[in-house]
Amino acid sequence: MSLAPEQVKHIAMLARIGADEQELQAYSQSLSSILDLVDQLQAVDTNGIEPLANPLDATQRLRADQVSEPNQREQLQSVAPATAKGLFLVPKVIE
Amino acid sequence: MQWEIVIGLEVHVQLATQTKIFSGASTAFGAEPNTQACAIDLGLPGTLPVFNSEALRKAVQFGLAIEAEIGKRSVFDRKNYFYPDLPKGYQVTQMDFPIVGQGQLEITLEDGSSKVIGVTRAHLEEDAGKSLHEDFEGMSGIDLNRAGTPLLEIVSEPDIRNAKEAVAYLKKIHAIITYLGISDGNMAEGSMRCDVNISVRPKGQAEFGTRCEIKNVNSFKFVEKAIHCEVQRQIDIIEDGGKIVQETRLYDPDKDETRSMRSKEVANDYRYFPEPDLLPVEIDDAYVQAIREQLPELPDAKIERFISQYQLSKYDATQLAASRLLADYFEQVVSACGQAKLAANWVLVELLGQLNRSSTELSDNPISAEQLGQLIQRIQDGTISGRQAKQVFEAMYQGEGSPDAIIEAKGLKQVSDTGALEAMIDEIMSKNPAQVADYRGGKDKLFGFFVGQVMKASKGQANPAVVNDLLKAKLQG
Repeated sequence: MSLAPEQVKHIAMLARIGADEQELQAYSQSLSSILDLVDQLQAVDTNGIEPLANPLDATQRLRADQVSEPNQREQLQSVAPATAKGLFLVPKVIE
Repeated sequence: MQWEIVIGLEVHVQLATQTKIFSGASTAFGAEPNTQACAIDLGLPGTLPVFNSEALRKAVQFGLAIEAEIGKRSVFDRKNYFYPDLPKGYQVTQMDFPIVGQGQLEITLEDGSSKVIGVTRAHLEEDAGKSLHEDFEGMSGIDLNRAGTPLLEIVSEPDIRNAKEAVAYLKKIHAIITYLGISDGNMAEGSMRCDVNISVRPKGQAEFGTRCEIKNVNSFKFVEKAIHCEVQRQIDIIEDGGKIVQETRLYDPDKDETRSMRSKEVANDYRYFPEPDLLPVEIDDAYVQAIREQLPELPDAKIERFISQYQLSKYDATQLAASRLLADYFEQVVSACGQAKLAANWVLVELLGQLNRSSTELSDNPISAEQLGQLIQRIQDGTISGRQAKQVFEAMYQGEGSPDAIIEAKGLKQVSDTGALEAMIDEIMSKNPAQVADYRGGKDKLFGFFVGQVMKASKGQANPAVVNDLLKAKLQG
């Protein structure tokens, strides 16, 4: 299966990854070969096999509903590029 | 052309847990920004989510309340998209194996008829944070306190046919979640939010029309208005020869219109895949059975009981059972006065009307159930008339004291004493001999004149029923 550069561009946009024309060419080639591998897997007959949600043979542990995390805002915001009035600041987003 | 409206609702209910769905950070409302957002909520590297047992229990409670199949094995998935208030770049939700499967609930409409609305599924997921777009020198501010708050997303079948049914469905969901106590259901604080999927099709057509989704409508009133204007918009477009574009829209209550969310024009591809940081959740029959046994009386059962125990109409019973708080209040009034039908009327008409006019929530209701019960007793025992009772009620609402104290202070006692009323009537008849003669000569309409005179003489305090009886007897001579 081969991916067109246009499709790669769309995937890059969804993942917020910047890629120039040259890179798009290279990515479409390498991604296409990964998809070839997926195609091989798709060919396996999986009838009657339960889908695997997790490779570990275990189920989810549950946590008691008790507050265990105190306010750590100062510490957590010390690594943020910009903050004001307790908020993380990011480039303006408007719907 | 006759159009049929097709509506499906996605309701997001914030579960009333102490902590986040996957972390031990508090979910208390109204905290300072980012003081309840821990490393897990922020999606910092090296952290792992652990599922909150209480979020699971609450979701199962809801599933049992709508007689749904419970997912004995449910799986979390990642829904990938970028937005600054979603720090991980994905939302943890449930795609193929939700905790609650197919269920249903019954709604009651104003004409007393009822209708069953299918629930496709309900799944657990985490909420995002909040973006604040006030000016931070060209930046947006992000508060992640809400990030990771447990949500139950309840998806309906496209069984809803108009705005009234949509509101009835939402009220039913609201009643169920507040009865169960799994959410505070506070729409103003965003504890219950709604996305509305709407399409129209010519009546009789089997296929659905192209739908639009209106995001995040946060009150019953706005849901109704948003549906009305979106339906009109779609019909206008089709009748003008145009086509509906499938898209996400927002409802603007100020302009009463829906408009396209342009940012979502590029078709989003959420690229769901199983969340590798969480294992499948498995529950057994004993777990479900233990929850089933502890379910409280639910709205449908309460409505049935109100009808059989108090002889209320189905509509009144439904209104009263709409919230647990209201239903409990009503039952306290009944136990204080012993008059179920009067109690239902006073609660639904006078009390809710007054609360509505003053934009007050029932939880801040200034009149206790005991006091309202006492007022109803005073009507019942003839101390005051229904009209006087409304005056007393007003005064009670203004905090002027108990019904008896107000009746005393305002001198509102109804005169039922036949001796006093007879004296009054005799005097009026002797002062108006011409009218008495005319009445006796066949002018029946003059009866009203005499009633008016007695009411005037008694300053409105005469018991109308007693006055009627006495007047009739006396005038007949």
